Amino acid sequence: MSDADASGDSGDDGSGAFGAAIERGEDVPLLTGSGEYTDDISRRGTTHLAIRRSDHAHARIENVDTGDAEAMDGVLAVYTGEDVVESGVPNTIPTAWDLPGLVQPQYRMLATDKVRHEGTAVAAVVAETPHVAHDALERIDVEYEPLEHVTDPVEAVERDVSPVHDEAEDNVAFDFELGDADATDEAFADADRVASVDLRQPRIIPNAMEPRAALADWDETTEKLRLWMTSQNPHLHRMLLSAGTLGLPENKIQVIAPEVGGGFGSKIYHYPDEAVTAWCSMQLGRPVKWQATRSESYLTDCHGRDHVTTGEIALDEDGTIRGVRVETHAGLGAQLSQFGTATPSYLYATVLSGQYTIPAIHCRVVGAFTNTTPVDAYRGAGRAEGIYVIERLVDVGARELGMDSVELRRHNLVAPDEFPYESAAALVYDSGEYERAMDLALEHVDYDELRERQRELRDEDRYIGIGVGNFIESAGLSPSGLAGDLGAQAGGWESSIVRFDSTGSVTVLAGTADQGQGHRTTYAQIAAEELGLSVDDIDVVEGDTDRIPQGMGTYGSRSASVGGGSIARGAREVREKARRIAAHQLETSVDDIEFEDGEFHVAGAPDRSLHIQAIAHEAYLGHDLPEGMDPGLEETNFYDPENFTYPFGTHVAVVEVDPETGEIEIERYVAVDDCGEIINPMIVEGQVHGGIAQGIGAALYEGAAYDDDGHLQTRRMDEYAVPHATQLPDFETDNTVTPSPHNPIGVKGVGESATIAATPTIVSAVVDALEPFDVDHLDMPITPESVWRAAETGGDR
Amino acid sequence: MYMDDFEYYRADSVENALELLADHDGAELIAGAHGLLPRMKTGDESPSALVDIGQLSGLDAIEARDGERDGDPGGISIGALATHTEIAESETVREHATALADAAAELGDPQVRNGGTIGGNLAHGDARSDPPAPLLALDGSLEVRSPDGERTIAATDLFEGPFETAVADDEIVTAVRVPTDADAVSGYHKRRDPLSGYAMVGVGVWLRTDGETIEAARVAVTGATTNPARLPAAEDELEGSAVSEETITEASAQAGTTLSDEAFVSDVQASAEYREHLLSIDTERTLYEVLEVDR
Ligand SMILES: Cc1cc2nc3c(=O)[nH]c(=O)nc-3n(C[C@H](O)[C@H](O)[C@H](O)COP(=O)(O)OP(=O)(O)OC[C@H]3O[C@@H](n4cnc5c(N)ncnc54)[C@H](O)[C@@H]3O)c2cc1C
Repeated sequence: MSDADASGDSGDDGSGAFGAAIERGEDVPLLTGSGEYTDDISRRGTTHLAIRRSDHAHARIENVDTGDAEAMDGVLAVYTGEDVVESGVPNTIPTAWDLPGLVQPQYRMLATDKVRHEGTAVAAVVAETPHVAHDALERIDVEYEPLEHVTDPVEAVERDVSPVHDEAEDNVAFDFELGDADATDEAFADADRVASVDLRQPRIIPNAMEPRAALADWDETTEKLRLWMTSQNPHLHRMLLSAGTLGLPENKIQVIAPEVGGGFGSKIYHYPDEAVTAWCSMQLGRPVKWQATRSESYLTDCHGRDHVTTGEIALDEDGTIRGVRVETHAGLGAQLSQFGTATPSYLYATVLSGQYTIPAIHCRVVGAFTNTTPVDAYRGAGRAEGIYVIERLVDVGARELGMDSVELRRHNLVAPDEFPYESAAALVYDSGEYERAMDLALEHVDYDELRERQRELRDEDRYIGIGVGNFIESAGLSPSGLAGDLGAQAGGWESSIVRFDSTGSVTVLAGTADQGQGHRTTYAQIAAEELGLSVDDIDVVEGDTDRIPQGMGTYGSRSASVGGGSIARGAREVREKARRIAAHQLETSVDDIEFEDGEFHVAGAPDRSLHIQAIAHEAYLGHDLPEGMDPGLEETNFYDPENFTYPFGTHVAVVEVDPETGEIEIERYVAVDDCGEIINPMIVEGQVHGGIAQGIGAALYEGAAYDDDGHLQTRRMDEYAVPHATQLPDFETDNTVTPSPHNPIGVKGVGESATIAATPTIVSAVVDALEPFDVDHLDMPITPESVWRAAETGGDR
Repeated sequence: MYMDDFEYYRADSVENALELLADHDGAELIAGAHGLLPRMKTGDESPSALVDIGQLSGLDAIEARDGERDGDPGGISIGALATHTEIAESETVREHATALADAAAELGDPQVRNGGTIGGNLAHGDARSDPPAPLLALDGSLEVRSPDGERTIAATDLFEGPFETAVADDEIVTAVRVPTDADAVSGYHKRRDPLSGYAMVGVGVWLRTDGETIEAARVAVTGATTNPARLPAAEDELEGSAVSEETITEASAQAGTTLSDEAFVSDVQASAEYREHLLSIDTERTLYEVLEVDR
C-alpha cells in the first residue's frame, strides 16, 4: 500500500469516508469473543445431529441397521435415506446452473441406493448431546457392496469404469465448448510457432477457519423454519431449500447467517447436511444443531479446481499471439454442486484471453463425474484456473520464441484505448491500464537489474527465478440477463435497504453476507459518503432473510461492486428525497438546493440550511412534507449491473531454489492490484494478503490426494499443508486505480484477485529459476522434492 | 471427531503416580500433554485414564554431576519434566550436550517448547521428534522407575517403532542422562517438514577430536526414518579420519547405506528416495557445522 493511506481519515465529517483506511468496526467484537457464531447459539431444548458417512468411495447400500443406535440412552432418532424419502419432501439438492446437454442425476439429502464418494451422508442420529450422537454413529451397521471407483477426471471418461451415475455411462456430465474452433485452427495453421503445456491444477480443500454448522428450529404451530447456518448467501439457501428440498414456501423459511468464520466459496453451497438438520427438526419438532468436525469439513466441503489440461498457444516470431487452444477435463466430484457446472465452464473458459489481445480462442471442457467430494467454486473460481492456463502458456511461448516473457506480455496487452474490449472468449472488459500496473510492479523489483543479477548468480551455481503474473478477473457476478442466457438459475443482482430513523441514524440492510471481508466497515463508508455522515452514524445489517428481504450473497468478488453499488444507489435516492423535503421546508426549488457535508442549503445562502439528520426527523414526523410525498426516509434498491467488473494487475515473485535439496525460498513478493476505486485501503490490503497466501498455498503446499482405495489421503490438518505464517514472505503491495466506468461507485472488487494472481506468479518464478535445467513447467504443488527431481532430470519425470 | 471419555487424576508424587498407573488399567501418564492429547483428538489413542504428573516438583532440574559417585554415572542429568525451553536455555546443556540444546531450540513453536517435556517426548516414541537423534548421538539414557524399582534404558534400546518405546506401561521416566566429554563436540541439524514443523530429516552428530583427527564418532537420524537410528557406516568413515572436507563428503555419502529402503518414511509430502537423498545432504551440513570446517 502507498504509505500516504496508512494514517487515514476517520471520516468524521462524512465527506472522505470513502477511501479512508478506517479500522474495521467488526474486529473488536470478533477479537474479544463477543461475536456469535452458529455453534454459540442455542435454543431451548436443542438436540444434536451427527451424520454417518460412508467410508467407501463407491458402493451399493445393501442394508442400514439402526437398531443398536436407536436403543442408546440419549438417542432421540436415527434416520436413513429411506426415512427422508417416506417423509414426502422433494428431497433434492438442486444445482443452480444448467448447461446444454447437462446430465443432472438425482442428488438426495441422505443416500438411498449408492454411496458415490467417501463421506457421503448415509444416516443421521439426533441425540441429547453431541457426544452421544457421535457415539451412536458407530453403532449404525451399514452393509455395502463395494463397486469399482474412479477419482481422476481423465480416467473417469477414458477408461471403461463402473459409472458414478447410471445416467452418465461415460461419466460425462457435460461437454462444453467456447470460442471459434475454425478460426482457432486457422490461426494455428498460419502462426510461425506453437508452444504447448500439459498441466494439472490439483484439488484444493478450502479450510475455512469455522467448519460448517447449522441450527434448525421448526415451529410446529406456525409451520415456520428458522435456520441459523454458516452461509455466504442466506437468500440463495432459502430459495434452494424451499422448493427443491423441503417443499416449504420461502416465507416459511428464515435463514440467518450469524458471524461466519471464512468461506472461500465453501459456504456458498446448498449441501445435504444443513438440509438434513432442518428436516430432522421438522420431524422431531425440536431444535437440532449440527456442527461439522474438521474431519467432516475435509470430506464434505466442496473442493476446488481439479483440472487436467492441455493448452496450446500460437505465436508469430515477433511475439504476436495468434490463438489459444485449451482442452480440459474438469473433475466435478460425485454430484453436481450448486455452481459446480458454471465454475469449470463459463467462469473458466471466458478469461482465457487474460490481459491480451488474442484473435482466436477455443476451449473445450469435459466435466467428469468421479468418486470424490463434489467440486465447486473456491476463491478465484474458474477465473483462477483460466488465468493460470494463459499465464503458463505465455511463459512457455516466450521460451519457445527465446523472448523475455515480460516483452511477450507487453507486446500483446490490450491497450487503454481499446476498452471496452471484446475478447475472443465472449467477455467485454470494462476498463484497464494493464501496462501501467505491470510497469509499476516491475519497477518495484527493478526488473532489468534483477535479470542481470540472475545471470551473475547462475555463474555461481545459484538459481533465482523471476515470476510475473498478469491477471484479469471477471468479478461482480453478474448481470442477471447474461447469467440467465448462460444457464444460471438465479439472478445476479443485489439488493439493499438504506433507512434513516427519526433520530437521524442510518441502518443499511444488505443482501450480501460477510464471512470476514469487513462489510460492516466498507458499507458504512459508502453510505456515509453518499449521505454526508460519519461512519459511526451507520449500522450495517446482513445475514437474516427476515430482516433483509432480498439478496444474492457474497461470492465472486461481488459484494463491493454489486452490493456496494446497490447501497450507493439506495443512499442517493434517500438523499434526493431528503433534498425535496429540504427544498420544501426552505421554501425554494429543488434545483436551488446544494448538499455538502450532510447539510442541504440554498445556493448562495449557506446559512439557510437543514441537516440531513434533521430532515430524517421531519420525514418521520410527517407534519410538513411536500404535497403528495409519503412519510419516512428509506429506500429499497435492486441493482443489476450492466456488466461484470474487471479487476486486474501484475504480481511479481523472486524466488531462489536450491537444486540440491529442492528448497524454494521466496525472496520478494510484489503485488500491484487495480480494483478500481478503493473504499478502504486497509481492507483492500488485507484481501490481497490473504489472497496471496492462498495462491502461494496452492502453488507450493496444498493439493488434496486420493489413495488407491478412493480414500482422501489428505484428510486432516496434519496431512494437508496449508501454509503457515512463517512460510510466507513479506508482501509488498501497491495499487493503481482505474475506475470501473459502469459501476455506481467505480469499484471493481478485490476478493479473489490475489489468489488468481499469486498461483501462476509463483509457478512462473520457480520454473524460471530452473531454466538452466531445461525445466519449462512443473505441476502444483511444487514441493522441494519435485524441484529436486526436475533439476536432476531436466523436467522429464 | 470427539475424544473418547477418560478419567483424570493428578498425581502428587512419583509414588502416587505409580500407584495410580497400577490401579487403572489402560491409564497413561501426561506431562505436558502436547504429545498425547493430539493423538487422543484424532482417535489414534484412547487411554481409559490420564495420570497427570505435569505439576510434580523436583523433576525438572538440569544439572552437571561430576564423575561417577555412589553408582551415579556422572555427566548431565535432565529431569523428565524439564521443558524444551528450559533445555534450550540451559548453559549446562548447551556446553556439554550441544546437540540436545540445538534440538530443543528447533522444536515446534514457543508454546510447544514451553509446554512439552523431554521425558514425554522420549517416552512417546514419535519418530518425527527432534530429541531422539541427539540422544542417540550423545549415547544418553533414561532413568525410569516402576513399582519394582529403578532401571536405566540406553538410547539404543529405547526406540522400538512408531509410538513404541522400551518405557513400560507401569514405568515413569524420571531423568535423561547424558555422559560428558571435554574433548567432544556435538550438534543437531533439522529440516522442518513444511506441514507439521516436525523433523522431515534431523541429524545429530557427536565427535571426539584432537583438532586433527576424529577419534570417535556417533551419528544418528530422526524424522526421515520410521524409527530413530544410529548411522554406523557414517560413523566408521569418520572414526580415525582427518578433520577434512574429504572425510565429511565420504561420511555423508555413507549416511543412509546401512538403512533398508523400507526404513525411510514415505508420505504425501516426500518420498523415501527423497528423504534418503536429504539424509546425506543434512549429514554433510551437520558435520560442517559441528567441525567448523569451511567449505
Ligand atoms: C503443534 C505441535 C508441534 C510440535 N512440534 C514438535 C517438533 O517439532 N519436534 C518434536 O520433537 N516434537 C514436537 N511436538 C511434540 C511434543 O512437543 C513432544 O512430543 C512433547 O515434548 C511431548 O512432551 P509432553 O510432556 O507434552 O508429553 P505428553 O503428551 O504429556 O506425553 C507423551 C507420552 O509420553 C508419556 N509420558 C509423558 N511423560 C512421561 C514420563 N515422565 N514417563 C513416562 N512416560 C511419560 C505419556 O504417557 C504419553 O504417552 C509438537 C507438538 C505439538 C502439539
